[in-house]
Amino acid sequence: MGEQLLIAALSFLFLPVIIVVALVIILATCGTSIGIRKAYVKLMLKVFEACKHKVPVPSPGEQDNDTEEENEIKQDNTLSDAKQDNEDQADKSSSSPSVKGLEQLDFGMSKKEFELSDVMTFAKFGMEAIIDDTVTKRFSAEELPSWNLLTRTQKDHQFMSIRLTALWCVGCFVRYAILLPFRITIAFIGVMWLIISTAFIGYLRESSFKRKLNEFFSLMSFRILCRAFSGVITFHNRENMAKNGICVANHTSPVDVIILSCDNCYAMIGQSHGGFLGVIQRSLARATAHIWFERSEAKDRGLVARRLKSHIEDKNKLPVLIFPEGTCINNTSVMMFKKGSFEVSSVIYPVAIKYDPRFGDAFWNSSKHNWTQHLLQIMSSWALVCDVWYLPPMTKLENEDAVAFANRVKSEIAKKGGLVDLDWDGGLKRENVKESMKEVPQELYSKMLKVD
Amino acid sequence: MGARSSMLQEDEITAIQKETGFSSNQIVRLYSRFTNLDKNNQGYLSRADFLRIPELAINPLGDRIVHAFFKESNSVTVNFRDFMRVLARFRPVKKNNTKNKLNDREEKLRFAFKMYDLDGDDMISRDELLNVLHMMVGANISDEQLGSIADRTISEVDLDNDQNISFEEFVKAMERVDVEQKMSIRFLN
Repeated sequence: MGEQLLIAALSFLFLPVIIVVALVIILATCGTSIGIRKAYVKLMLKVFEACKHKVPVPSPGEQDNDTEEENEIKQDNTLSDAKQDNEDQADKSSSSPSVKGLEQLDFGMSKKEFELSDVMTFAKFGMEAIIDDTVTKRFSAEELPSWNLLTRTQKDHQFMSIRLTALWCVGCFVRYAILLPFRITIAFIGVMWLIISTAFIGYLRESSFKRKLNEFFSLMSFRILCRAFSGVITFHNRENMAKNGICVANHTSPVDVIILSCDNCYAMIGQSHGGFLGVIQRSLARATAHIWFERSEAKDRGLVARRLKSHIEDKNKLPVLIFPEGTCINNTSVMMFKKGSFEVSSVIYPVAIKYDPRFGDAFWNSSKHNWTQHLLQIMSSWALVCDVWYLPPMTKLENEDAVAFANRVKSEIAKKGGLVDLDWDGGLKRENVKESMKEVPQELYSKMLKVD
Repeated sequence: MGARSSMLQEDEITAIQKETGFSSNQIVRLYSRFTNLDKNNQGYLSRADFLRIPELAINPLGDRIVHAFFKESNSVTVNFRDFMRVLARFRPVKKNNTKNKLNDREEKLRFAFKMYDLDGDDMISRDELLNVLHMMVGANISDEQLGSIADRTISEVDLDNDQNISFEEFVKAMERVDVEQKMSIRFLN
């Protein structure tokens, strides 16, 4: 009996599913949207706004207590205020901190003698770093001003009202029982489409027709894939889009690639993978030239650079998409750009990507989740809303070295995307600071000391 | 996801509040920071957890600052209570506050003193002072020059001529320093 009911229900659901999936594919082919996702995003924003008022605020007595305390220290602590401001308006941070926080050692400008109390300044900076630093928090999920009804961002909102809990339950049902199955179906179709179309294109001979065809099918497949995350992407300044050369972007998640590929075709550069990712890589490589190298080759930077150079010199080849941070950052900042790609080309097309964190965290915390977990997390979020800015191409100045050029591009991206511009290496996610970095504050302090 | 270390209990918050004077919002916030630093979800911090903070790792006195936490906990790990007790030293001082002693001037001075006094004998010896000086300046100033700085400093504050700086002498030397301001940081809610 139950079985029959289930089958009946399934077949009843079958038709709408087919219709929706077909609609998605047709729309993706034309590259248009009928505004369902936009309307959905607007609705969600209203829901979030409503929940904001439901999250309890601390009792007034306690709050008074703290503000009093805060006022007291405010006058003294202009330092951390300045830091805060920096966060708020990332655009002014073009002159990025080179000594990472310790540069403001406030011993005054003039030379002074050593005092026993000098350790206090170091202690204060140390404690400030312990309670909140600019680097490690970039490697974990971004903090939200209000809760977006996803359990994983709930950390600070552990006390919920009953109505909020009910709302969360409904949300959970919608996300896991309705959205997720649809999205998985669509993603599956998208990937299949990509593999099949590239397989066919692979048979064609190199010609402008092949390139056109590849562009068409690639855009289409990625647009289907993008709908698997309910991606609502706004592209700005499309006139600056790269036609060839090197395109660099800030990196939040592997999904960045899908986002950018919805609007333009890119050649990708990276290590050859095995498994499912390898299948995708090989099929992509059939249709157009990508730069995949073996693990053993990756060590040979010269070889990679040569292949990159020969790729960009060929005007028929697609622009290469590079994430010079070398790791995923949590969508609040841009970290050090590796200089490699900036040595190869003197013209760079910068792209800034900024996700709207309210709809789901796009950041891939690779030390916590693997690839599939990350994709599942994104697909079970509300949506993937993001802005993409194409910046005008930047040219290396005369007597500017690759590092300075990379920094300049980085700060432009940070400015455009409203991200904090950091000089720290994203590699700190896995490694500790190099010993030699300690010497910078030491030198600074020594310069301030009067020595007889 | 579910394996995340347990949430902070209400009574624990109250206990910490009483001990350290932090507001419950600050405690919840710092707890979330604590769990973020605790990379392996062990419920306590190790030295490596601290030094993973780059800004602390490049601090010339970073080791000494971290050391303070372990001295507080008296073990090789730091739990949340220890963590909070050390941080409480850096709470801004309120004028009419008598119930909490962790952030008064003496505690702040004690903290600074202990940054020098590595062996814990309540004396800063010339060697201990030189050590700290060396950490702060690295290779930029010669040992001889550092030696003369150390000698000068000790002779200035050493009242009983034992060539060491006792805590009392240290307090005396700090008489005109605005310790309350220098050793206070802002804790967000």
